[in-house]
Amino acid sequence: MGTVKKERRRQIIKHLPLYIMMIPGLVYMAINNYLPLAGLQLAFKKFKYVLGIWESPWNGLKNFTYLFKTGDAWVIMRNTLGYNLVFILLGTLLAIMVAILLSEVPRKRLQQSYQTVILIPHLISYVIVSYIVYALLGESNGMVNNSIMKALGLSPVAWYTEAKYWPFIITLIHLWKTFGYSSIIYYATIVGIDKSFYEAAVMDGAGVWKQIRYITLPMLKPVIITLTLLAVGRIFYSDFGLFYQVPMNTGLLYNATNTIDTYVYRGLLETNDIGRASAAGFIQSILGFLLVLGTNTAVRMIEKEQALF
Amino acid sequence: MNISGKRIGIFANFVLAILSLSCVLPLILLVTSSLTAEGSLIKNGYAFIPEQWSLDAYRYLLYSHAQILRAYQMTILATFVGTLSNVTITTLLAYPLSRKSLPGRNFFSFAVFFTLLFNGGMVPSYLMWTQVFNIKDTFWALILPNLLMNGFGVIVMRTYFTTNIPGEIIEAARIDGAGETRTLISIVLPLSKPILSTIALLSGLAYWNDWLNGLYYLVKRTDFYTIQNLLNRLIASADFISNNAANSAILSGITVPSIGVRMAIAVIALIPIMILYPFLQKGFVKGIVIGGVKG
Repeated sequence: MGTVKKERRRQIIKHLPLYIMMIPGLVYMAINNYLPLAGLQLAFKKFKYVLGIWESPWNGLKNFTYLFKTGDAWVIMRNTLGYNLVFILLGTLLAIMVAILLSEVPRKRLQQSYQTVILIPHLISYVIVSYIVYALLGESNGMVNNSIMKALGLSPVAWYTEAKYWPFIITLIHLWKTFGYSSIIYYATIVGIDKSFYEAAVMDGAGVWKQIRYITLPMLKPVIITLTLLAVGRIFYSDFGLFYQVPMNTGLLYNATNTIDTYVYRGLLETNDIGRASAAGFIQSILGFLLVLGTNTAVRMIEKEQALF
Repeated sequence: MNISGKRIGIFANFVLAILSLSCVLPLILLVTSSLTAEGSLIKNGYAFIPEQWSLDAYRYLLYSHAQILRAYQMTILATFVGTLSNVTITTLLAYPLSRKSLPGRNFFSFAVFFTLLFNGGMVPSYLMWTQVFNIKDTFWALILPNLLMNGFGVIVMRTYFTTNIPGEIIEAARIDGAGETRTLISIVLPLSKPILSTIALLSGLAYWNDWLNGLYYLVKRTDFYTIQNLLNRLIASADFISNNAANSAILSGITVPSIGVRMAIAVIALIPIMILYPFLQKGFVKGIVIGGVKG
């Protein structure tokens, strides 16, 4: 025993320079990622700025009952989960379709250009996206009202006051911004598939559809599972920019645009309602974590190699 | 290639051409609306081909004034400082974790991975950064929260080191008497240029495009605003800029094109990305692929 301990100590001393290298990263991680975990207790406290996180008095479940009494809870849960489910479903379908089409483009140069161009939306911040959307949908200056609706003989729509259109607008913008990114991940997998599979299939008389159905899609399955797993783990999270910035924080649209993240932001900085904001944030953190563990366990039971951990 | 192969080739080109247009046209609309005379903007709305072109918005940006220039400088500064620190800290954590002989390696690796699964959320983070570390209304607000290092980058880089740097090389360097720092700098890093540039690229883009940190932590000190924060503020209140500019003497002849100016700022925020992107495209794609699948 003594020698094992001694050996371990010797190893640690030998590696001392490596431990020193790790210090900045570990300190940052401790501050940015681990310290806030202690702050989760705020969900059960009545926060007072003068007292701080530790000294503020306990509050039981009051923040939660207060949150669920208002009906906000239902709206933000419905929106967060609903949008994410639609995003996962449509986003995956679109990305796989684009990836397959990319691989069917005969000329390499053209393939390359498509790849370059469809990634562009991924590089633009949601602030700039919101400017573009405003140029399209603004009530008096927007291109849609001025050019398209007029040409179709329809009367202009006050887009930023009608919540009913926003589920479609938000979904469309999300797909536009992300499809290039995810299709490139699928495309990379397709490129890696052994060409001899396809050659054999052609010899057997399989057409394009059969090749896609029996070779490409099965080969994509692991990636589809991994990406979906990651997305399911983030199902309680929403892109703040998409739901706050793009609808320009318009109150009339909250019913269609309020998610946990925008709700927490407003509670924290606009309405100063830290109790409810931290209750909503607590639900997001804990349920999100449990969901990752749950889906990962489920995947591990069905297909062991595809589990994340 | 058989007939159905040819047909799907044409179909693929057709669909991808439309999708590509959908990615480019919005940006073109942004550019043309920044070049539209304010009068025809108000009359006809935003359009791809304006009735009357005008450079007023850019002329305005050029002469006026410190605020926009300053925001641009802040973006560049934050991107530079942030990216450099990010790559340094990420490398310094990822490299030791790639060394199989390091005692406690699994524990630290798990600590990194765990941050991807579980976090405290915005309320505790906000209160911690503002109450404990007092970064509100300081330059550090742009650098520190969330962007300085992320677990994903550490894991991706560690994986790169373990799979691409042979243990024998490190062992040989040790036998030759090189210390750990020396080994990292003169042996490992030169072999790791692809991953270093990928991490730098992703981090650089994140800093350039970030507006959340400014939104949360810059309240009074709007002079720390980046160009994204400025744009964010302008869409909510267009007068944020024209008020400040009213006293500028050079502009007395020009009516302030408030809509066009906003678009012009958006355009200049995009220009560096669009210029650099074609050259960096390969690195981006590589980053997406390793980040997306192996992360």
